[in-house]
Amino acid sequence: MIALLVRDLRLTFRAGGGFGLGLAFFLIVTVLVPFGVGPQSDLLARIAPGILWVGALLACLLSLDRIFQLDFEDGSLDLLATAPLPLEGVVTMKALAHWVTTGLPLTLAAPLFGGLMSLPQAGYFWVFVTLLIGTPALSMIGTFGAALTVGLKRGGLLLSLLVLPLYIPTLLFGAETARRGIMGMDYAQTLAILAGVSAGSIAILPFAAAAAIRINLR
Amino acid sequence: MELVVRNLTVARGGVPVLVGLGFRLAPGGVVMLRGPNGSGKTTLLRTLAGLQPPMDGEISLPPETIAYAAHADGLKSQLTVTENLAFWAAVHGTRDIEAALVAMNLASLRDRPAANLSAGQKRRLGLARLLVTGRPFWLLDEPTVSLDTASVALFAEAVGAHVAGGGAALIATHIDLGMEAEVFDVGPFKADPDTPAGSGAFDRDFDAAFDGAIQ
Repeated sequence: MIALLVRDLRLTFRAGGGFGLGLAFFLIVTVLVPFGVGPQSDLLARIAPGILWVGALLACLLSLDRIFQLDFEDGSLDLLATAPLPLEGVVTMKALAHWVTTGLPLTLAAPLFGGLMSLPQAGYFWVFVTLLIGTPALSMIGTFGAALTVGLKRGGLLLSLLVLPLYIPTLLFGAETARRGIMGMDYAQTLAILAGVSAGSIAILPFAAAAAIRINLR
Repeated sequence: MELVVRNLTVARGGVPVLVGLGFRLAPGGVVMLRGPNGSGKTTLLRTLAGLQPPMDGEISLPPETIAYAAHADGLKSQLTVTENLAFWAAVHGTRDIEAALVAMNLASLRDRPAANLSAGQKRRLGLARLLVTGRPFWLLDEPTVSLDTASVALFAEAVGAHVAGGGAALIATHIDLGMEAEVFDVGPFKADPDTPAGSGAFDRDFDAAFDGAIQ
């Protein structure tokens, strides 16, 4: 299974692998929003955590259809399904590879780009922490969506429609926890729910995604 | 261990294509699967490989003993020949890829990205993958497509060596590989579209209901 993770990471970092696509999109959002909002740094500071979260979520969405589609097209997915690896493990490794190449860079970049949004001082920490806890759920849910749409040509639209509603709890509680943390309010509950969504996704969705792939390969 | 198939019905998209299949493949044996295009050879091989459930009947071997080679070779064009093969070896828990590279005459191409291989070379790399799976039963779907005469001979040799070592192969192909093999023609097992279990039972009911509704 480690071999699969290493291969996927290698493929992403090589030419044409699509690494940096999400990050570039995220940067574009954080650069453009201040222009759109205008020179009101207090307003910008208030909406900064939410905008950073939405930007990270959309950037994450961009690369989802690559998770299984390329493997499906070149026949690797068939061969992986007949390999000794459990398909649940394959799915988990795919989600992990997606997180390492998308969720983790976004998490690390968010505090950096936060400066563009006049993010308050405490915000750097809170945006980083909430994204660190929330992005694994984004990758896992996205992998599940990708598994559902794996056989479809140009399934990207359907994938987005399927996945976006499932992303809402993570977005809601991620941005809210960041906001509460910045304002110095009680954040324990929302943080617990955010972590719960991530833990639940990681615990359940590999099985659902593997089942979806089995059906789609028939 | 022997691959025994009894009364097997395989379906594509819920519609039976081959009904009542039965054959056996013992270690050391080669069976050539014959049949015209679209007769269900690929569906049969995918069912045996465990990629789809049989509609009826039994298969004596678990899919874990079977190595399947489809039309697509499962190669990543950005990875080199060695990286591609080493990945599949690692997935199957084997380490030795040198023998496979030599057997398929790929040793001189080892550091070339798969994107720069010719169609025949890609096919050879795809077949080399079989050698690193370490599994005894090979299911091959048109393995000789885009191979030249020399490569076909190389492939026949690899199958011969595998079979001599106690393996077995079920090969769907239209050409003569020049090896001793039983021939199994799927033609007589073609599903009759008019049997109740046959194709379109749902469609017929639906059509009847639809016609009734229109009238």
